[in-house]
Amino acid sequence: MALLDVIDLCVEFPTRRGILRALDGVSFSIDPGEILGVVGESGAGKSLTGAAIIGLLEPPGHVAGGQIVFDGKRLDNLSQEEMRAIRGRHIGAIFQDPLTTLDPLMSVGKQLIETMQTHMKLSDRDAKARAVQWLEEVGIPAASERVFAYPHQFSGGMRQRVVIALALCAEPRLVIADEPTTALDVSIQAQIITLMKRLAADHGTSIMLVTHDMGVIAETCDRVAVMYAGRIAEIGPVENVVRSPHHPYTEGLMGSIPSLEARVERLRQIDGAMPRLNAIPKGCAFNPRCGKVIERCREERPVLLPTATTMAACFRANEEAA
Amino acid sequence: MIAFIIARLLQAIPVLLVVGFISFAMFQFVGDPLVALLGQNFTAEEADAMRHNLGMDQPFLVQYVNFLGRVLHGDFGISYRLAKPVGELLAERLPATAELALCAAILSLLVGVPLGVLTGIKRNALISRVMMMLSLVGVSLPTFLIGVLLILLFAVQLGVLPSYGRGDVVHFAHWSTGLLTGTGRVALILPAVTLGLFQMTLILRLVRSEMLEVMRSDHIKFARARGLTPRAINFHHALSNTLVPVITIVGLQLGMLIAFSIVTETVFQWPGMGLLLVQSIGVADIPVMSAYLLLIAVVFVTINLVVDLLYFAVDPRLRGGGK
Repeated sequence: MALLDVIDLCVEFPTRRGILRALDGVSFSIDPGEILGVVGESGAGKSLTGAAIIGLLEPPGHVAGGQIVFDGKRLDNLSQEEMRAIRGRHIGAIFQDPLTTLDPLMSVGKQLIETMQTHMKLSDRDAKARAVQWLEEVGIPAASERVFAYPHQFSGGMRQRVVIALALCAEPRLVIADEPTTALDVSIQAQIITLMKRLAADHGTSIMLVTHDMGVIAETCDRVAVMYAGRIAEIGPVENVVRSPHHPYTEGLMGSIPSLEARVERLRQIDGAMPRLNAIPKGCAFNPRCGKVIERCREERPVLLPTATTMAACFRANEEAA
Repeated sequence: MIAFIIARLLQAIPVLLVVGFISFAMFQFVGDPLVALLGQNFTAEEADAMRHNLGMDQPFLVQYVNFLGRVLHGDFGISYRLAKPVGELLAERLPATAELALCAAILSLLVGVPLGVLTGIKRNALISRVMMMLSLVGVSLPTFLIGVLLILLFAVQLGVLPSYGRGDVVHFAHWSTGLLTGTGRVALILPAVTLGLFQMTLILRLVRSEMLEVMRSDHIKFARARGLTPRAINFHHALSNTLVPVITIVGLQLGMLIAFSIVTETVFQWPGMGLLLVQSIGVADIPVMSAYLLLIAVVFVTINLVVDLLYFAVDPRLRGGGK
């Protein structure tokens, strides 16, 4: 059984000029121990999906439809207090910028202890011992001496390790990592990704990895979901989506990754820009930019259906498979 | 740390020298002290003799240095009006003002900070909106009007609180306190509320806007994502991150409370330094005015030092210590 099931999730923002639908019928699932990558352009709804799952949508944004089922239990209709008890304890989160995600006025050890004691019955001594253990596990050198050091005394990469320890210390079964490496040096990125992969494997934690870095996705994930304008365009095993994408948008996305082997004059790009939320075209959201567009794409909205190797929301791709 | 304190104290010296110069210059340029000391009728010889006795025939700078020397020995001269040493007069009045200012400060903090947090967190709740509107009144009404209105309501209409004076006081060596007697405590209520109301609303609005700012920050979002309780987030992580600006303002305001309790003390005939100053200005009692000026400068310098030390206590990033 899947650990997380997101079914037809819709998120809306009421504004003065009407309702903006930021997520529109998003469905996917994550199995225990699985790493699901979520890619897409800025504003495609990747981070919003993560925020909706942990119940931290910024008001006035709210879940307007669909279900979020975690471990057989619906999350989208829980009270704030019930949801708070889930956050950290069952679903952890890692954010983008490690320089700003830690409380600058509290030592890292205290932040760890505070998080663990909020969710588990632990004596101060046990909690401290565990805090040191966690810092060691995420690779902080001389952890026992630095447990009560403040965030500013760590480098960016080290702080992201602390953030990971904080996200994992109450042993959640799912971690939502929202661009965890975007703010880091390239050399540090690989270390952090390796660390996350190792910890996920050791603790059997599932990860929803939100990023726009296809390299990270290819190296890390089991499956990947491609998002476009608040919808899922294509989802499938990472190998298939990267090597043989079926949705024209995914094709374009993969095509725009520069390759080291092939010498090309110009980088390929997808013409046009993602539509604004208040101007999503009828039918397939991608149709104005699509090279394979047919009349049906402009009228009718495609749903996720199997292709040869993935699931894609594209009439052309589904036709080929059928 | 100790080096820092010493550096700050050294920095305070030029400040105090300049203020000292101004308060010294008051003797030279605001009226002629000879008239005050000798009365209306005096001969030229008498005037010269007095000038010589007071060292006023010496060059300006020499007089300044002599003035500083006297001040450092605690000699601020004799009040023209009351014919008593100014140091003594101020020492007599200091406890009343200090007590009033302290009570007003504590009141404004105890009420202002929690209300600021509340209105910051529940910014759309009805109670927050009402609070913000009332605070606007507190910020914009002048102190004397608040004082008079409070007297009208509680002293005249309801007759439950005294409208003037300090009540009975108890003396300890050089200190007198009204906090230990019933009448003293009752007499303190209206002046303290009057003096503290503006500060309270200022602190409320400051804490609120700082809270709004901090609540948007990433580390608060992450604290939520860690599933911390609202209590821990609001009071532990959010409030402590608003403290640096709040301490700055509260420090300056405490200085203001002491320096400018003049209005409140006048309205309530509170026997403190502010009342003394107002009475002294009325008759150009220069020694009192000049000593008051110096004292306030020392108060501000001290408060600034304390504020700087509090920064260290609050923010580990300022304490140094590398990676």
